Amino acid sequence: MANPLYQKHIISIPDFSRQEMELIVETAAELKSNPNPGLLQGKVIASCFFEASTRTRLSFETAIQRLGGSFIGFDNGANTSLAKKGETLADSVQVIASYVDAFVMRHPQEGAARLASEFSSVPVINAGDGSNQHPTQTLLDLFSIYECQKKLDGLNIAFVGDLKYGRTVHSLTQALSAFDCRFAFIAPDALGMPEYITDELDEKNIHHRRFDTIEEAVPEADIIYMTRVQKERFDETEFKHMAAKYILTLDTLKGARDNLKILHPLPRVDEIAVAVDKTPYAYYFEQAQNGVYAREALLALVLNEQI
Amino acid sequence: MANKLQVEAIKTGTVIDHIPAGQGMKILKRMELIKLKEKITVGFNLPSKNLGMKDLIKVANLLFTEEEANQLALFAPGATINVIENYIIKDKFEMSLPDVVQAAFDCPNSNCISHSEPVQSYFTVKQKNNDIQLKCKYCEKSFSKSIVEDL
Ligand SMILES: [Zn+2]
Repeated sequence: MANPLYQKHIISIPDFSRQEMELIVETAAELKSNPNPGLLQGKVIASCFFEASTRTRLSFETAIQRLGGSFIGFDNGANTSLAKKGETLADSVQVIASYVDAFVMRHPQEGAARLASEFSSVPVINAGDGSNQHPTQTLLDLFSIYECQKKLDGLNIAFVGDLKYGRTVHSLTQALSAFDCRFAFIAPDALGMPEYITDELDEKNIHHRRFDTIEEAVPEADIIYMTRVQKERFDETEFKHMAAKYILTLDTLKGARDNLKILHPLPRVDEIAVAVDKTPYAYYFEQAQNGVYAREALLALVLNEQI
Repeated sequence: MANKLQVEAIKTGTVIDHIPAGQGMKILKRMELIKLKEKITVGFNLPSKNLGMKDLIKVANLLFTEEEANQLALFAPGATINVIENYIIKDKFEMSLPDVVQAAFDCPNSNCISHSEPVQSYFTVKQKNNDIQLKCKYCEKSFSKSIVEDL
């Protein structure tokens, strides 16, 4: 029987079942411990970045090559003749898809990947569509949580920082809500979790609460997921006064559980003190490395009936 | 059905009745009925037993499908649609909330890919408390009905 992701488009986290997410996470773990350079042998994959995103692109292109595949594409759509000639995305996708076995794309507009999937003859993998979805980031986060906690079920997850605009936070919350996790949200009033996400949690009867400080959430937390509060969203004095509350230091972590791990989608600025890097709680660099394994797993599953 | 006499009867076409008063104009505009170049008769602020006042629209030679009728449910909940052929009511639709609204209006998110590409807008419809939420298939953003009403 074919694996359930074979030849599927990978567009948005709510499209995934719990079983599919588990399959990706387990496959990523397997590929991390047993590299398999044959899984994309003979496959050509498009890596089309209509908007630049160096980290995500390098991670995808590494994953492709580690599995023995090759890629074509561009790192910034603005520099291509596609943009200059004013072709629709629908037309570009139809043509490029006809050359390749899968189509990895990043685009500055929301919905671009879903649209592409309607015009592509091969699976489309969303590497970020505007402020909407970035499913491979979520899958690498899930994999990192699974790796450091040995499970995904029943964990206490604290999200800190900008929970309003951070799409990684929204998608990860949606993903983890399939696993009976409990959530703590710590954010400035103006940057709280959007209502549509908390409504979804309420509908599923999932426990979530707000805290004023990180310290209050630390004793129960299995995972603290940090994000950056951007200066641009506040006036300067307001920012200075407020940002200090959302910085993680050694002091903040007093009373933490032994199994606590800290994640951050990176790049970090100063929201995690450098001193924290040396503690056993820091897991953000492993997390960044896991991006390659999560993307390997996804590509391998989409392009191999069985693995 | 004494109300029928208030506006001239039509031989073949569609009668949209029991429109909440004040919504009739919006429906004319939204459904682009004028563009059809068919004869349209409208009644605004007609007396109604249940509504107090209602609007009513008759479009000659246009036979609404159920799908078209359902598009109206968003904007005129409670309206009824009678499809008439040779003075006989051939179909009668009570408005029910559609699961999907297609091509009825553009996505309110200006950065949504659907604006610049050869596709129709597509929203899934969900009743939430006292509001109706529309979620764009492409950008996955949800909008309250009141936002799209004013577009
Ligand atoms: Zn949209």
